[in-house]
Amino acid sequence: MAGGNGHEEHTKWVMVIDLDRCNGCGACVTACAMENNVAFVGEDENAYGRGMHWLRLQRYWEGEGDDLRVRYIPTMCQQCSNAPCEPVCPVYATLHSEAEEINLQVYNRCIGTRYCANNCPYIARTFNWFDYEWPEPLNFQLNPDVTVRRRGIMEKCTFCIQRIRRAEEDAKAEGREVYDGEVQPACAQACPTEAIVFGNWRDPNSRVRQLAASERAFKLEEALGTEPKVIYLAGGRHEF
Amino acid sequence: MSSEFHPRNEEEARRIEEMKREHLLLDHRPRAEMNDMVMEAVEDTSREWKFAVIVLGLLTAVTLFGAWGYMMLKGLGLAGIRRPVFWGLFIVAFVFWIGISHAGTFVSAILRVFKAEFRRPFTRAAELMTTFGLAAAGLYPLIHLGRTWRFYWMMPYPNQRWLWPNWRSPLLWDFFAINTYLIGSTLYLYMPLIPDLAMARDRSTGWRKKVYGLLALGWRGTEQEWKHLQKGIQIFAWAIMPVMFSVHTIVSWDFAVSMKLGWHSTIFGPYFIIGALLSGIAAVSVVLFTVRATTKNMRYFIRPEHFDALGKLLLIISLSWAYFFFNEFILEWYGGEHTIKEILKFYMFGDIAPVWWTMVTCNFFIPGLLLWNRKFRRTPWLMFLLGIVVNIGMFAERYVIVTGALSRNRFPFDWGWYEPRLVEVSIVFGTFMLFFFLYTLAARFLPLIPVWEVEEGQHSHTWRRIGRAILPAVSDLESLD
Repeated sequence: MAGGNGHEEHTKWVMVIDLDRCNGCGACVTACAMENNVAFVGEDENAYGRGMHWLRLQRYWEGEGDDLRVRYIPTMCQQCSNAPCEPVCPVYATLHSEAEEINLQVYNRCIGTRYCANNCPYIARTFNWFDYEWPEPLNFQLNPDVTVRRRGIMEKCTFCIQRIRRAEEDAKAEGREVYDGEVQPACAQACPTEAIVFGNWRDPNSRVRQLAASERAFKLEEALGTEPKVIYLAGGRHEF
Repeated sequence: MSSEFHPRNEEEARRIEEMKREHLLLDHRPRAEMNDMVMEAVEDTSREWKFAVIVLGLLTAVTLFGAWGYMMLKGLGLAGIRRPVFWGLFIVAFVFWIGISHAGTFVSAILRVFKAEFRRPFTRAAELMTTFGLAAAGLYPLIHLGRTWRFYWMMPYPNQRWLWPNWRSPLLWDFFAINTYLIGSTLYLYMPLIPDLAMARDRSTGWRKKVYGLLALGWRGTEQEWKHLQKGIQIFAWAIMPVMFSVHTIVSWDFAVSMKLGWHSTIFGPYFIIGALLSGIAAVSVVLFTVRATTKNMRYFIRPEHFDALGKLLLIISLSWAYFFFNEFILEWYGGEHTIKEILKFYMFGDIAPVWWTMVTCNFFIPGLLLWNRKFRRTPWLMFLLGIVVNIGMFAERYVIVTGALSRNRFPFDWGWYEPRLVEVSIVFGTFMLFFFLYTLAARFLPLIPVWEVEEGQHSHTWRRIGRAILPAVSDLESLD
């Protein structure tokens, strides 16, 4: 059971992404935007590099001719245990949550220095360059559980912390533990090939724990010592 | 006293005349005459000057504050920055202005402590650059914020939510370093100004007399007052130096402590300081030329010998810059890390290459080749042009470091490119206008030449006859307290 007082063994949420299963359909990107009220910036601004997506599909081409292959790496905030974004913020707008072991972004505290975004080796953060609007009827699909951000502040993937909270509260009300698979971030829920799996690392029987035991498991830029909490299973020819 | 020295023959008389023409501190004039010369310059509020003040003021209001306000209203997106280049021209100009502000302290504190006599007439002109340069630089940490109206959250102040700023963040160190430097350098500008303000008070009428009188703090010129002032200046000259070094080191730490490849470099501290001195000293020669050309009686105080001395200093600093640059570049390249190589390749041959080559040319090749020439150093307008060239080079250096490094990241998917947009260019232009505006105003309000320091220098210079040669000698008045 998650508790923030430091005495109980709390949860450590991790994500496993199987790159062999990812076909680059982009459902996760869409689902993430819907769930988290990610702003639509319009075609031109998006092309300019102002897209607000918390989750992006890195696309790489490999080989030539008949051997040509495409690889996708869905990349979001890696929720580093040793996060480079955190120490550089002058006002503690980006900081570590003790309870969930997640990088929080406190929208109301952010003053928009954008230092965190520069220091993120995964370029996972997005900035609200303007006040964005949801033209009707899109405003009806805004998620009431998630704050809408205004201009001049930073945002990023939260591991759908509102869903984690909901699951924990449900479990508490029913006097039980959160069971494995109960919490599903929007990207994992939307993925048609089940490439994204989410769960508690501290639960030895969880699916993430079993998947991460694979010899294909790796983390992005692991040598940097950022200790990401997103584990990838290498795809392609398995030469890793 | 130099005036009491009698030449023995015509040859000696000619030699003495020559040296007087060359050196301000040998060309003794009575205190009263120099005071009058400086006051005449200060009170020369001609129509051209008024016109310049109005135009510069309007330009500052529109291009700086107008554009800034518009950007605050609409959002930072009006600037060209985009993922992954989250910092652009604002940070470039911030580092640039901090660099400019270094020259004042360097010229007046370090040269004062080392008793470099040539510094005397232009310490104040350089210190004013420090103050106004910091005024321009200090705006950028506010301008570049996404929510400028929340800037005070960076200050530690008591509040009911017990929120405290993050002391691990270099931006907070910046905040304190810049404020310390601004207060310290302003006091350091003010202290040697007091006797000159008292001089101005005694020689002016009307509103000027009132304001000068207020600022002169009742200075009467007693021996006790001089003693305290000299002591205070000595203490401040020593104390301000580590502050000056710390400011630009901390600005470099904004980059160096990050994980960003191309920024994370241990040499950035001294590299940034030498860069700051390069642009700062170059800017001093620009300012001195402008002051000399537009202000009365300045040709007596500021002479080719001063440009010559600045030129030698600039040459040494340009070579030092090249040394640090070489260390930074070659050793990173030699390390062979893949992403670093991509960044360096991008600098030399990529889209940003014209800026990078401008940097190398203007910071090293041009000053490094030209400043060996004595004739060049002694020609004020050439030194003015060179000062501008070096500053273009130093602006280019910051541009490459800030935006170039951000354009190349560990994953090729995150590579990007940045081009400044009109709002950014306008705001940066506006801070230049602000600097010129403040300087133009100050040039007709404050005595730009520290008369008492020049006089002190002239007193300490005497002639000595050694065999058949006549040589100037300097006695050390400052330590006789």
